[in-house]
Amino acid sequence: MSEKTPSRLEKVLRAGHLAVTSECGPPRGSDPAAIKEKAELIKDYVDAINITDNQTSMTRMCSLASCIHLKLMGLEPVLQMVTRDRNRIAIQSDILGAASFDIHNMLCLSGDHQSFGDCAQGQNVHDVDSMQLLQTVRFMRDEGKFLGGDEIKRPPKMFVGAAANPFADPFEIRVPRLAKKIAAGAEFIQTQCIYNLEKFEEWMKMAGERGLLDKVFILAGVTPMKSAGMAKYMKNRVPGMDVPDEVVKRLAAAPKEEQARVGIDMCVESIQRLKEVPGVKGFHVMAIEWEEKVPEIVERAGLYPRPDVG
Amino acid sequence: MIVADKKPIEEIIEYIKDKERILILGCNECVTVCEAGGKKEVGILASALRMYFVNQGQEKKIGEMTLERQCDHEYLDELREIIDDYDAVVSLACGVGVQFTAEQYHTMPVYPGVNTCFMGATERRGVWTERCQGCGQCVLAHTGGICPVSRCAKRLFNGPCGGATRGHCEINKELDCAWQLIIDRLKALGRMEDYETLIPLKDWSTDRAGGPRKVVREDVQE
Repeated sequence: MSEKTPSRLEKVLRAGHLAVTSECGPPRGSDPAAIKEKAELIKDYVDAINITDNQTSMTRMCSLASCIHLKLMGLEPVLQMVTRDRNRIAIQSDILGAASFDIHNMLCLSGDHQSFGDCAQGQNVHDVDSMQLLQTVRFMRDEGKFLGGDEIKRPPKMFVGAAANPFADPFEIRVPRLAKKIAAGAEFIQTQCIYNLEKFEEWMKMAGERGLLDKVFILAGVTPMKSAGMAKYMKNRVPGMDVPDEVVKRLAAAPKEEQARVGIDMCVESIQRLKEVPGVKGFHVMAIEWEEKVPEIVERAGLYPRPDVG
Repeated sequence: MIVADKKPIEEIIEYIKDKERILILGCNECVTVCEAGGKKEVGILASALRMYFVNQGQEKKIGEMTLERQCDHEYLDELREIIDDYDAVVSLACGVGVQFTAEQYHTMPVYPGVNTCFMGATERRGVWTERCQGCGQCVLAHTGGICPVSRCAKRLFNGPCGGATRGHCEINKELDCAWQLIIDRLKALGRMEDYETLIPLKDWSTDRAGGPRKVVREDVQE
């Protein structure tokens, strides 16, 4: 497969390297230092940095502006965009805005429901869904046209990704759903945090049997647990998360001051095992408000240094 | 039917406290079925208001009437002979009835006595759930007869989202995931292959997005 965009992430993946991405949540304020400092911590250890889009529906600095800050630092951002807050006019407009700063990666999401956040009384938009957003970006890029049919002068050159949750219910449609996202235009996938490795392996096997793994780059999502409390919270309170009892038990068995270290160990061990899973083309390391641990995880997992793809 | 729910009586009292002669106007259609604004509820509200104002030492005239429909000129005409006996109307019809009554009697204040909620069905007595948002371009043929517009919290056309857990919606464990229902139904119909058909961007111009809507049927016009 030849490159379709100037994306560095795409280059790394197409060259056959295991890619590493991570993510930063923008601040709840207008000080760009917050995002720049986080990026500075991880920049040498990743190929691209996702910027979340008002995750959990808590209002934050916008993903696009944060991506621009990274771009101005010479880094490679992945613009996350949710369909919750934008109609198709705003979507296309924001894509062009991102493209004007040569932001070349985008992750298409529907977004958490606004009832989780600080504007529970607000409207949601959902003019399009995440699959239709994938179709929209690909149409703008590949056809060079707006949804309305008019020609785009200097079309966006986005490497287009989607999320996949191998653990959400119902399990039987998890692979068909991946197939659907690929059909809609997804070129890379960043998965939900993987704690149930057997289930992830089963999902990958089924995806392989359908021939999907040759059509898309799967980046396995990992998140280190800071404590047994966090593991319990994620197990019981976060929708669509699959945290096996053994994970909670292993963390809980460690003394409190040791739990964070055990969490990092477990994350590194997961990556080591996931490297052996056919079809895994890289890792998405989501160290939530714990970005300073990304270098250690990447290094210990044998993913450092990052390749130079020019 | 259109499902409505009772408004708190304090809110209704606030609207009418300065009026002397108030007509409580019910509707014999949807709001009767969902027990929010039929003849029975008109009687209950009228009695409660009388009691409240008597306790306040106020003598007010509270009239009761229930029309066959408030969304029909023909039935609203029945008010013409008595409307001048009142200073205000509290309509227990849906928002359509409230507005149609107000349009017909231009100088009469008409207050809503219920909150109009959605188009839905009776699950069992006392429980009503939403089924339709009137998007103007029905997609049920493609989704196994389950509506993603009205029943998915994100109105996803290619769901479910990653937040679905054990068949429930991420926003509320009591709520069925619409896409779980769609998948169950496609399976029951032996049409699971339909799941993989990408549903393209929807034309929302027939929805609220297109502005106030109108259906004109020349074939039935007189």
